[in-house]
Amino acid sequence: MMMDPETKKQREDVCPGKKLELATVQAELAKVQGPEYWRSLEELAGSSEFREMMHREFPKGASEWVDAVSRRGFLRLMGASMALAGMTACTRQPVEPIVPYAKQPEEIIPGRPLFFATAMTLGGCAQPLLVESHMGRPTKAEGNPEHPAGLAGSDIFAQASLLDMYDPDRAQHPALLGDTRSWKAFSDAIRGPLASQKAVGGEGLRLLTPPVSSPTLADQLRALLQMFPKAKWHQYSPLHRDAVLGGAQMAFGQPVETQYRLEGADVVLSLDADFLAPTFPGALRLTRDFVARRNPDAAMNRLYVVETAPSPTGAKADHRLPLRAAEVEKFARALASALGISAGASTLSGEEAKWLATVVQELQAHHGASVVICGEHQPAAVHALAHAINERLGNAGRTVIYTETVHASPVDQTNSLRELVADMRAGKVEMLFILGGNPVYDAPADLDFASALKDSKIPVTVYHGLYENETAQLCPWFTHDAHYLEAWSDGRACDGTISVVQPLIAPLYEGRSVHELLAMMMGQGGVTGYEIVRDYWQKQNKAGDFEAAWRRALHDGFMAGTAYAPQAVTVKAANFGAAAADDSGLELNFRRDPCVLDGSLANNGWLQELPKPMSKMTWDNPAWIGPGMAQRLGLKSEDVVELELNGKKVRNAVWVQAGHADNAVTVFLGYGRRRAGRAGSGAGFDVYPLRTSDAPWRASGVKLSKTGDTYKLASTQGYQTIDTEVGAKPVMRAGSLEEYKQHPEFAQEMVEAPTPGLTLYPNVNYGKDPNFNALGYAWGMAIDQNSCVGCNACMVACVSENNIAVVGKEQVVRGRHMHWIRVDAYYQGDRANPSAYFQPVPCMQCENAPCELVCPVGATTHSTEGLNDMVYNRCIGTRYCSNNCPYKVRRFNFLLFQDFETPQLKMMRNPDVSVRSRGVMEKCTYCVQRINQARIESEKDDREIRDGEIQTACQQACPAGAIIFGNVNDKNSKVAKLKAQARNYSMLADLNTRPRTTYLAEVRNPNPELAG
Amino acid sequence: MSNVHGLMAEFESSTDLMRAAEQTHKSGYREIDAYSPFPIEGLSEAIGFHNDRVPLVVLAGGIIGAATGYGLQYWVSTMAYPMNVGGRPLHSWPAFIIVTFEMTVLFGGLAAVFGMLGLNGLPEPYHPVFNVARFERASEDRFFLCVFSSDPKFEVAGTRRFLEGLKPLSVSEVPE
Amino acid sequence: MTSEEMVLDQREVPVIAPGHTFASVTHKISAIVLERPLSVGWMLGFMFCGSLVLMLGVAIGYLVLRGTGIWGVNIPVGWGFAIINFVWWIGIGHAGTLISAILHLFRQQWRNSINRFAEAMTLFAVMCAGIFPLIHTGRPWLAYWMFPYPSSMGTWPQFRSPLIWDVFAVSTYGTISLVFWYTGLIPDFATLRDRAQNKYARMVYGLLALGWRGSAKHWKRYESAYLLLAGLSTPLVLSVHTVVSFDFAISIMPGWHTTIFPPYFVAGAIYSGFAMVLILAIPIRAIYNLRDMITERHLNNAAKVMLATGLIVAYGYFMEIFLAWYGPNLSDKLLVHTRFFGPYAGPYWALWICNIIIPQLLWFKKVRTSPVPLFLVSLVVLFGMWLERFVIVVISLHRDYMPSSWGMYYPTRWDWMTYIGTLGLFMSAIFLFVRILPMISIFEIRMLLPEAEVKRG
Repeated sequence: MMMDPETKKQREDVCPGKKLELATVQAELAKVQGPEYWRSLEELAGSSEFREMMHREFPKGASEWVDAVSRRGFLRLMGASMALAGMTACTRQPVEPIVPYAKQPEEIIPGRPLFFATAMTLGGCAQPLLVESHMGRPTKAEGNPEHPAGLAGSDIFAQASLLDMYDPDRAQHPALLGDTRSWKAFSDAIRGPLASQKAVGGEGLRLLTPPVSSPTLADQLRALLQMFPKAKWHQYSPLHRDAVLGGAQMAFGQPVETQYRLEGADVVLSLDADFLAPTFPGALRLTRDFVARRNPDAAMNRLYVVETAPSPTGAKADHRLPLRAAEVEKFARALASALGISAGASTLSGEEAKWLATVVQELQAHHGASVVICGEHQPAAVHALAHAINERLGNAGRTVIYTETVHASPVDQTNSLRELVADMRAGKVEMLFILGGNPVYDAPADLDFASALKDSKIPVTVYHGLYENETAQLCPWFTHDAHYLEAWSDGRACDGTISVVQPLIAPLYEGRSVHELLAMMMGQGGVTGYEIVRDYWQKQNKAGDFEAAWRRALHDGFMAGTAYAPQAVTVKAANFGAAAADDSGLELNFRRDPCVLDGSLANNGWLQELPKPMSKMTWDNPAWIGPGMAQRLGLKSEDVVELELNGKKVRNAVWVQAGHADNAVTVFLGYGRRRAGRAGSGAGFDVYPLRTSDAPWRASGVKLSKTGDTYKLASTQGYQTIDTEVGAKPVMRAGSLEEYKQHPEFAQEMVEAPTPGLTLYPNVNYGKDPNFNALGYAWGMAIDQNSCVGCNACMVACVSENNIAVVGKEQVVRGRHMHWIRVDAYYQGDRANPSAYFQPVPCMQCENAPCELVCPVGATTHSTEGLNDMVYNRCIGTRYCSNNCPYKVRRFNFLLFQDFETPQLKMMRNPDVSVRSRGVMEKCTYCVQRINQARIESEKDDREIRDGEIQTACQQACPAGAIIFGNVNDKNSKVAKLKAQARNYSMLADLNTRPRTTYLAEVRNPNPELAG
Repeated sequence: MSNVHGLMAEFESSTDLMRAAEQTHKSGYREIDAYSPFPIEGLSEAIGFHNDRVPLVVLAGGIIGAATGYGLQYWVSTMAYPMNVGGRPLHSWPAFIIVTFEMTVLFGGLAAVFGMLGLNGLPEPYHPVFNVARFERASEDRFFLCVFSSDPKFEVAGTRRFLEGLKPLSVSEVPE
Repeated sequence: MTSEEMVLDQREVPVIAPGHTFASVTHKISAIVLERPLSVGWMLGFMFCGSLVLMLGVAIGYLVLRGTGIWGVNIPVGWGFAIINFVWWIGIGHAGTLISAILHLFRQQWRNSINRFAEAMTLFAVMCAGIFPLIHTGRPWLAYWMFPYPSSMGTWPQFRSPLIWDVFAVSTYGTISLVFWYTGLIPDFATLRDRAQNKYARMVYGLLALGWRGSAKHWKRYESAYLLLAGLSTPLVLSVHTVVSFDFAISIMPGWHTTIFPPYFVAGAIYSGFAMVLILAIPIRAIYNLRDMITERHLNNAAKVMLATGLIVAYGYFMEIFLAWYGPNLSDKLLVHTRFFGPYAGPYWALWICNIIIPQLLWFKKVRTSPVPLFLVSLVVLFGMWLERFVIVVISLHRDYMPSSWGMYYPTRWDWMTYIGTLGLFMSAIFLFVRILPMISIFEIRMLLPEAEVKRG
């Protein structure tokens, strides 16, 4: 999606780079009184600079469609996949008996979806899922609410994994040096070398895998290593958690997994841990337990966050302290010392000291009912300190429990890879199997895995993966993997519970799972993944009726009672190392991208176009710097800078992120892919060259220099501020706990809503009425801002459920993204450390809908149950409805955004939702297809629809239960009760649109000591 | 005499024509008509033509238009295609006023034009008066008065004498 | 009555220069159509405008092929050039009907020499305007769904929508203007029929003349029909831009939802319409040497109308600001603030200069009566009125209630091509008009001559 040089030039012509004077910003800030919400820094200078920036954003005359990934471009398929054309119609159930998640015997009723329990393994942790299957085609992933880890709701990765499976860019056949080969040719090719390896005990045989949590796979590897005793198995993932395990090792003398029980925590302190983001192990459970304690009417917990880069967790904090990663360590040591743990002296400045004192006080006051969570980006010592602190506070065993690790045979992955590279360079490696991962792209720069692979003439190298990526390019042999929805496997959830991964569809391209590949290596040709997994578990379960247990496991999606038992471990009087010497050098922080992680998901258009939680950035990974630093260096968003670290240079665009720690830069991994596919290739900037094995997350002394270039960034959030006298009160309301206690209706009273009698026409009565609303339903939604952690799961779920198109960067730049629900992020207060608020915005389903009134053809009208229906076939696309929508939730197909050709994508779509074509307006419908499904069911057994029977896609995906949908006519329904609460308010109530979607105002629980 | 359609006198100015017309009418001729390159006030009255019924036609058109306009909207919105639009009642009369007005004007305007043409018997590409060679100046700078043979008082010689008494530039026969 | 008395106002220049006879005016005007050879200038001008029409064709063709996305429109700014141009063209159209209908009712005889091409201008402007609502929809091939017709789907238009009001208002306006214009042409067609030497021309004009022979009875009915048409067109012309203004006033967007729109839209329309009349009249009277029929008196009066309507428009601008300041509505205050200092402050202040400040020159008779300055002022006003619509459409939409969704609008090359293309279409139509139709109403000019008067005595 790089813009063509001509366009680029135009842009520069139109808008010569000019500094954004942050001085004016702060001047303006000085004037600000009362709550003023704003979207990002530049907006503040609503001045000529700002105008120029807007210019750059979308210069006059820029061509509108030069965008490899836009519209048709995106996910458009070449001839190859036309071979699949016939497939879209027919059912592709795997041959083995898989067990649907249904009490009835499995049988497909045409048009009726079935749900199957399975699990998705990401980062070595299995997330149990229920996957919806239409006529044998998986169409939607949901969480498995019956799982012991209580994983109702799901995350963006589970939701988006569906698109991965149908991704037309996936490799479709084995290849030798890029030429298509058959599986047989491959097995023949490796048979000989393996035999000779066997002779020498596998001396030259090496395997490189990502961390493994699948018991079956672990068992296979063990077997393989018995067969080849001298062979070596290496593990590496760029998102390794070496520091976490190292910390456990340091503290307890053994690598243990740490799990947190937030339901019992009154005070939570996060040391740079983004535990509410889906990338944190067990985040779904943590999120649910955390928000359970955010109810202002019950005992509300208090969250302190010390962090470098703003994160959703920081956004939810009652008190947030932005510190450089190195200072976080100092803070941890100071905290430990304050609690009487010998952690090396470290001094804090006045403000931080006060902060620390308050935290210490609170933690001690809540002995055994607090928790300190350490982020994986912190060095081992800090983790060890966190363990010691938790023990000292009596949290161990209560809010913090220790179990054995989810990963089979955990190792220090960096060392593991280092050894492999050493062997390669030493010429000790004769056969190398890389099973997944992408080391050529993401291995530490100092190891230079790529050249090691090229230089050391390894006779046989095989890369096994879903894509022919950068690594595959350097491996003569490529074999294509099967997606988790296509293959049998198993895995452990973060609490250790075992799930069997059962496929919902036979491999689209005859890919083979890693299990089958290993079997092939061990000469067990022809054995299927199903047999491998099943046999393993049969072996495990000698006693008892295996058949029943197996069926049960498949049906439920997990094996009951396999969760790890807590281990009693004690902190040995360990040496926590010395406090690192202060260095004033510019600090460079590496973070996984919140959407594409380490880059493995880079070709997933749903994730690429998903606005990142804090910056609302899409399709790119600009480097974050704080406002203060930006002002000092005269940098503004979209400036291109050069980052230099020990000789290596990398260019990256800048994003000035409010609340980012000063004198630090945060870059995000996972972009600048060269061979990702049509969506991922070329997007963003590759920062791996700066990342070395000794400084995987934090490096000091990076040089940042301005290049004078600018780079267009596609953020879906407006840059603008609201004029202060207007404020954002009509839109977004929040208050403190005290405020709420004294004044529960504070949110409603913020804005004066018109009295009902004011309208010319009487309001429609949506009560039960045989002539109008025969069934008496009135659908409505309540969104609790206190619960929303901005994880975006609702957005991807909506995309998946409603067949929403991906439009590509250029179109996002033009404000044409298609999300039916968005999560707005508002900032308030001091830019150096603002408080942030999330607000999910679907269609409000206004009873007095302004959009309907202006549609000339009646393409959007009101149902008797209060839905603002959208009739796509009738729409002629005047866009008047969108203009007149005060919430701007309507989306328009400006061009042919949908792909009507690619067979895979036809298979992926939800058959219950029409696919919108060009020139048509679309919008959220409260998942009307689900409402109608439920209505049919209820009418069949002649009853009313039960409360909670209908879940909208966003509601079902939300791990925090922030979104509640139901019948507002039923006073006992959950939604009606929520709307009856004092915190309940309507967005822009003064317009008298009478929205059916209302919000519960956010209530924060600041510590009076620190407040003000 | 059946091959004569009438007798036509040509005049220099509107004043002459007006005088001639009045005298002709006074002296009992009824089947007469006057021709001028532009409308002359009172000329039609002078030849005894008082009542054009155009306004009536327009009134009728306007009323029909209004009825059609409002009727259509009422029928569509409440019977044919009743929809809950933004919580407004099916019969949102204030919103229907505009279209009603436009339809009134449209029908009235068309009635005016086509009514006028119809009453004038236009289009009528052929008419005997065009057979008079000099008549083509009727659309430029000459003024004509024609007595038709259908007039009971018409009698070629006599009428010609009468017309010549009005001091025209010329008198010519209008052939059938 | 002497020719001196013909002059309505002694201080005024006469409507038509002395010395003309029925024959001379007839000859002079019809000769332009019947005898004058095609000039090189005309050819070149027509070819140039024709090429712009081709460009318009390309722009529309590509639009239908690819979709509305080739324009700069987006969410939140769902309307862009298309609607701006639509309102602009419709506004320009208003002058013609105003001149032929309202001034006719007021017995303003000076309008007789400019109403013909003013009406033609109206038709062509409405034609250009009409293009936009059709092509701006996402699915232009379905635009006919906006008309009420019994469809097999059993669906009907939604009569509460201002867009449907537009459909009726604009199509009525177009139709009535057309028949009004044609009615006025019938007697002149007869003249051309009788004067044409070429037999094909004679035949064509003959057909168009419908056998008009200037009978006194016909004239009688003709006059009353014409008077009634004028009477109907007067409220019509006022209603059309009122309805257009409803497109905005009916909505709830800040900057759109305001009751002052109808009057100041109408005033603005007449403002720009007269500007266009002058822009056409000034060159035409020079090229075709018609200074004796389109005299300084006409320029002067037209300029006065511009000045008056311009002041009404200015009042509108002031009221918007005043009400935002005086009223309780915060989003209105925000809007005014955005207009003054926001990213589109440039166009906004340009609007003030073009529509309010520069036209004050028209207070000076010297400017009102000297062609070149008047021509330039008219150009400025025409541009200013385009800016007004830009300000209304874009500035109001790009920052509405929802800060998270604020955006910017930048026109693309296709927006420009479409706009300029319609300018070409308009001008080519004018070029054809002056060559094949009498651009001044011959019979109405005759009525202005002294000898037209019947002398009693």
